[in-house]
Amino acid sequence: MNTVYNQGAGSLRYDLQVIASWIGSGTRVLDLGCGNGDLLAHLKACKQVHATGIELSEERVAHCIQRGLTVLQGDFCEEISDYPNNCFDVVILSHTLQQIRNPKELLLDMLRIGRRVIVSFPNYAHWHVRLQVLFTGLAPVTDQLPYEWYDTPNIRIISIKDFQRFMEQFGMRAVRELAINTHHHETRGNQVRYLKNLRATYGIIMLELAQGTE
Amino acid sequence: MTMTTILPPPPAKLIVQRQFYTFAEPPHPMELDSGASLGPITLAYETLGKLNEERSNAVLILHAFSGDSHVAGYLSESDTRPGWWDSMVGPGKAIDTSIYFVICINILGSCAGSTGPASINPATGDYWALSFPMVTIGDMVRAQKQLIDHLGIKKLLALIGGSVGGMQVLQWCVAYPEMVRSAIPLATTGRHSPQAIAFNEVARQAIMADPEWNNGNYYHGPGPTHGLAVARMIGHVTYLSDESMREKFGRRLHSSSLSFNFSGDFEVESYLHYQGKKFVDRFDANSLLYITKAADYFDLERESGNQLINPALAGLSFLVISFSSDWLYPTYQSKAIVSALKKNGSDVSFCEIEAQWGHDAFLLPNERLHSLISGFLERMHHEHCV
Repeated sequence: MNTVYNQGAGSLRYDLQVIASWIGSGTRVLDLGCGNGDLLAHLKACKQVHATGIELSEERVAHCIQRGLTVLQGDFCEEISDYPNNCFDVVILSHTLQQIRNPKELLLDMLRIGRRVIVSFPNYAHWHVRLQVLFTGLAPVTDQLPYEWYDTPNIRIISIKDFQRFMEQFGMRAVRELAINTHHHETRGNQVRYLKNLRATYGIIMLELAQGTE
Repeated sequence: MTMTTILPPPPAKLIVQRQFYTFAEPPHPMELDSGASLGPITLAYETLGKLNEERSNAVLILHAFSGDSHVAGYLSESDTRPGWWDSMVGPGKAIDTSIYFVICINILGSCAGSTGPASINPATGDYWALSFPMVTIGDMVRAQKQLIDHLGIKKLLALIGGSVGGMQVLQWCVAYPEMVRSAIPLATTGRHSPQAIAFNEVARQAIMADPEWNNGNYYHGPGPTHGLAVARMIGHVTYLSDESMREKFGRRLHSSSLSFNFSGDFEVESYLHYQGKKFVDRFDANSLLYITKAADYFDLERESGNQLINPALAGLSFLVISFSSDWLYPTYQSKAIVSALKKNGSDVSFCEIEAQWGHDAFLLPNERLHSLISGFLERMHHEHCV
């Protein structure tokens, strides 16, 4: 079993590698929807962070605990409300924002318990998606958004620009931002520097409350 | 012609020895939560594995209400029944006794070697019976601490216990946080629910309504065997679940047709009768009264807020586990423990194991439970012993 004690950095998903590179050593990190705990195991082994995860699936929770991670089973939208203010340095929501019913409340709660938040999500404004809608008149199906309208867990349509506007509107600001046009599941990625909202398939943003300056 | 099969030699039996420790001798009895005091106190305990030089690998297992110190292994070469958690504890098992020094202590008030109502009060030379003072979960833990001190252990690597044992785990953490590195409360609660109290009261009434109970003075006679058996039957109902009873017994009859009398027709009835009868041979009725009362009194939120919310618990690690079909200590009660611990910034993991066997699930061999406990302990060992 791939435990925390024999963890290598090699095979981590590219979006998770980016997230990991933004996290300082020895910090307190909470990963919402931590899955099998790959990011947490990497952070724990390579950056000695105090890592906690929240995950709904019993099987994945058990897998995480067995490999030496601290993980709580539950719905993270409910679970995070118990935490006191500022008890984490970073709270991560990777590849899940588009599935959240009340994203504004969740993000505000994440910023309440953590100093900074990292979110990553597929960019609905990628040119491929735009062209699909324009030319086929059908709901888009892409590598990043592989579902039909009737079976998709993705109930929110977000673009990188949408999220930037959202941050402005609710007193948040981006600390770091990265856009990629390779699949987030691959282990190597390609960064997009210009016309991100058009050319990137995936956005990763680290944010904080605008008044909370360093 | 006979076939010869070469079988591997059976693994050597793990032999353990019951030991005793007596303290609180007069004139220094132990103060109890009720205000009374008690002494001398003897605790029966068993240990497995080896305490390392740093004394940092001790794991204390807290047994449930009808358990005893015999957690694993055999008491002699001819012994055929292993300890109550033998599937979990032993060399190479989830609680690996080749790594950890495992201690299990029979609780105060019980009847398996530790001082309880069925012991002789040295001051009178007669059985304590109901003159035995009321003990609480706090008193049980206070007594256990004396023994841990006696063993020269300053810090326990882990505390593990289910049900009433889980209550002791939590009580240890709030009473002696400086002596605890980590804790695994299983299928338990921070405050006994009215439903759990109700079932305990029915069990107690079953004993006390038996004329042979005789106000607790039955040690020279047969004792309230019927009342105790009924009490155990009630207990067993709460340990199972609707689903497990349907699966295990259904409406199957134990004879070929309905009897049309009250002798008992259904398999579930024979099962309960059997469990009740078996219990009478090994458990003391007064002990049941005392221990169920201690469980009923258990409430970490009674005095000045929730005792689990305490900065002294911030440095402890927890693994809280519940079972989906446990309706005696349902998952929401484990979640309340988790919710309180999160407020301290404690390192807390939680898993609800999908299992159909009701409250009993924590005692049954369960792959998932084993891997959770071994993974968590391995981390504790890695963080604190390596």
